[in-house]
This record gives sequence, structure tokens and C-alpha cells, in this order.
Amino acid sequence: MSATLIGPIASGGELLPLYSCQVSAGFPSPAADHLEKLISLDELFEIRAPHVYLAKILGDSMQGAGIFSGDLVIVDRSKTARHGDIVIAALNTESVCKRLYMRDDQVVLMAENPKFPPRYVMEGDELVIWGVVSYSVRDHEHSS
Amino acid sequence: MSAPNTALPVFALADCNSFYASCERVFRPDLASTPIVVLSNNDGCVIARSYDAKPFVKMGAPYFQIKDTLRRHGIVAFSSNYALYGQLSERVMTLIESMVCASEVYSIDEIFCDLTGMPGNLTEFGRKIRAKVLKHTGIPVGVGIAHTKTLAKLANHTAKRLQAQTGGVVDLCDPFKRDWVLRNTAVEEVWGIGRRMTAHMQALGIHTAMDLAKADPFLLGRKFSVVLEKTVRELAGTSCLALEEAVPAKQEICCSRMFGVRLEKIEPIKEAVATYAQRASEKLRAQHSLCKKIRVSIRTGMFNPDEARYANGVLVELPYPTNDVRVITKAATQAVERLFRPGFRYSKAEVLLMDLRQPGEFTDDLFAHTQPAAADKVMSVLDEINKRWGRGTLRAAAVPAAPTWAMRRELMSPSYTTRLDQLWTVNAN
Repeated sequence: MSATLIGPIASGGELLPLYSCQVSAGFPSPAADHLEKLISLDELFEIRAPHVYLAKILGDSMQGAGIFSGDLVIVDRSKTARHGDIVIAALNTESVCKRLYMRDDQVVLMAENPKFPPRYVMEGDELVIWGVVSYSVRDHEHSS
Repeated sequence: MSAPNTALPVFALADCNSFYASCERVFRPDLASTPIVVLSNNDGCVIARSYDAKPFVKMGAPYFQIKDTLRRHGIVAFSSNYALYGQLSERVMTLIESMVCASEVYSIDEIFCDLTGMPGNLTEFGRKIRAKVLKHTGIPVGVGIAHTKTLAKLANHTAKRLQAQTGGVVDLCDPFKRDWVLRNTAVEEVWGIGRRMTAHMQALGIHTAMDLAKADPFLLGRKFSVVLEKTVRELAGTSCLALEEAVPAKQEICCSRMFGVRLEKIEPIKEAVATYAQRASEKLRAQHSLCKKIRVSIRTGMFNPDEARYANGVLVELPYPTNDVRVITKAATQAVERLFRPGFRYSKAEVLLMDLRQPGEFTDDLFAHTQPAAADKVMSVLDEINKRWGRGTLRAAAVPAAPTWAMRRELMSPSYTTRLDQLWTVNAN
């Protein structure tokens, strides 16, 4: 058996700004004392964390929440889902993306599109929360 | 109340349950209660089974022989998806490493942790590891805790065997529990006791782990090996094996694979050997070694009685200790020319890098050739490019991008976590 292990996760977009040691002949840059770390989407989305996953959404039922078919969602498995969270869940072994409603002993998977009725979770249904959607990403150039 | 765990070392071994099969389930909630098997490279034989597939399929069973059994029991087969397993393994290991102060990744699905001096209830801590890994990755792990690595391995084995009673966590620091487990475990289940050693042990009247723990380590060490002596001492509770935080460099590096189809011409075999040579030299550079000899071998299928059989290998001495993929590839492909005989249908090739040394460990004589400094630079640029843009971006011309002889992996799941075009998709309908 030969195993191909993929190496360490590729480094994220976190570059430290280089402080140049060159002394400018003219007026020294007033910005030099205010250099900050570069912005990193990897860091914002925590995309390199062991508990964060990416998934692609297919379907229109979450349009009202701003998640369209073809969008990417960032899913956090470490969070415990609360009332009102958008979740990725397995309902009777089918994976779905819905808003979680939990009030008065009633659990409902709500769509964010009037065309899709709410799905009440009844006795006998098996619901496993896979993770909580923390961000979504949309390609505005190629989506219609 | 027992004394705080200060004096004696404490080890934990966390081991993923049916790791490959569990990985296949993470992104397939529909397979949560479907038995799964994972096949070796080329979909040859079974290399992993989910817990519920174990009663029906033997480890190592050839896929073509068990197709009917699989269908009859509704078992789903997957080609091995090492990109997926490697990535999920890394997540599991990162999570566990973040919970302990020292650890040693022992294999793709096992990690030893140092819990020495950790206050509180260790079983409770084991449960915490288990719960966190399960929630964050979906992979179930078992945890064994004890005063030595060998006993931790045994504790883990017990946790797996008595899953229902133990909840997947067993702490054998308590001598009473330890003795119970030692008495109720056969000697062949002990870490490092293989089939041959089991036969030797049984001849000496050693049948259980307890028998071995009570044997004289010095005598067994003299009769067999120092490894066995350590095993005996570790079973009796004396720690002899420490955490190895740095993996020692390998003495040999091998890359060998079956072709996806039988090959009859020399050209594709040379391509395959060049590809394996490239992979082996990558591993060589990753451990900062040089090699002086390589062995190349090719063979036909060995099991089909209707086919002519041929297997041959050749040892090639390189001009100087090197890690230069160009030198290694050239030597390897030239070796194929010496080995190849027409008229056979070849099924497998192997490239073995031997006589490995660390730079500076060997004395070159004054007039000997050494690897030119320019080659070192070229190799580091090559590795840097392939690290950033993916393996195989920059490669020797002898290595094709999409080989016709590539492994058969017809039942492979998507690379959910490592390829943007294969991301996990979720329905919002």
C-alpha cells in the first residue's frame, strides 16, 4: 500500500509587511510608523481552523438570507446551533441548508423564500446539525 | 483518593475508529448507517471497513471476489481517497495537539499524547478529547490512557473492543483495572507482538498479556530482542518508550505502485518509473537526505496462471550522493531499459532509494564528485514551486501530466476539502 499524504495546509494570505531598511534620501515616509498587518480573508473566515469547512449551496430556498444557488458558505462545526442560526443539517440523512427555529418545544427548519414551506421536525424525524453557517461568498461576475 | 499524577509519566493514545470509512461518512450523512469498505490503490482489495461491514468482509479480500457479497449486504465500496483522509487526519491531529502540551503523531489515525502531571480525572479528559474531535470533524476516536505507551495502546484496544461499556475511553493508570485488562487480553493483541512472536510466546507458555507482563524481561531480551524486553517492562508498568516528537529520518525510501492497466511497451513503463522516481526524490528531499544507490524493479502479474511471468530488478550506483531529481530520474529510466523484456504484460514498478545519508555525515575524498551547489538551488526552487502551486506543477519531462497507466480509482469520493471544483454541495430546496 502506498499512501500519498497531502502536506501541511497551504499558508494563508497572511503576509507581514516588509519594513524596508533603506533610508530614503528625501522626506521619510510618514506612513512607515503606522505599518499594520495585511488584511486576510482566511483569518476573518477562520478557513484554516480545523473546525471550519467550505460547502457549495445548490437551490434557491435561502435567497431571503442572501444565499443564492452556487454560493459558497463557510461552516463552523465548533459552534452549537442556536435559535435563528443558519445551519447545515442532515434531516433524515439528507443534507440541507436552512434557518433553525427552536421555540416552545418545536424545532422547524425555515426556508428564506416564500416558495418553500417550513419543515417541521416531528417525532420520528432524525435531525443532526452538521455546523453553523458563519459567512457566505458570492461570485458576482459569473453568477446570474 | 489517589495521589496526584506527578511522579509517573502518563500517556494517552487517541486512535480514530475505522478511520478511512469514517472519513467517507463525514460529508455523506446518508451513509451514517450504511456499511462501508475502502479499497487499496487500483481498487484491488479491502484495506478498511466500517464497524458494521466487518462481519461480512475480510480485511484484504480482493474486490472482484466480494462484489456479490457487497451487493447482498448493501455495503458501499470506495476507492481510497488519500487527499481526503490526509486532510481530515490533519484536522483531528491539530485539534488534539491543541489540548495537550506534547504529542507524537504516530500514524495517519493515531496520536500519542503526554498527560504527565495533568490534574483532574483523566477519563473525563479523554471524553473531552473524544467529544471535541467528534463535534469538530465528525470522526469518532477512542482514547487509551496508561503509564506507558504499550499500556496506552492496550487501553485503546480495550476501549475499542468494549465500546459500549467504556464509551470509547479507558484509563489503565489504576493497577486493578490494568491487571484485569492484562488478564483478559491475548498476547497477540499486545503492541509489537506479531504472528511469529506469538508462536514463540505460546511455546513458552505465555498466552495472555498478563503472562508476558510477569515474564522475565532480561531473559526474553537475551533470547529474542531488546524490543521485546522493552515491551515486557512497559506492560509491567515501567515506561521505556518516550514520545518521539521528531520523526527519525528513514533509511530507505520506496515508491511502488500497480499500473491501472497492464503495460506491454517500454515507453509507458519508463514514464511510470520516472513518476515514481520523482515522488521518491521529493520524499528524500523532505527529510534532507541524499542517496547513493537506487534499485528499480518491474514485474508482471503474479497470480494469473495464463500469463507469462517475469520479475526483475537492478541496483544502480549513482555518481555521487544526490537528491537531484534529474540524476535520479535518468538513472531510473536507464535501468528500465536494462530490465525490460518484450512480450510480457507488466503490472507494477518500484523505485527504491537506498544508502541514504545526511549531508555532511559522509566524508567525500578530495577528488570525489559531489552534488554541484547549483543542483541544490534548482531542487529547492522546484520544491518551493510545487509546494505553492501543487504537486507536479514543475516536473521532469519524462513524467506525463495525465498518464494512461494511472491508478484505477473508479469509486473515488470527491476531494471535498482540497479542491474548489469538488467542494461538498448542500441542498437548499
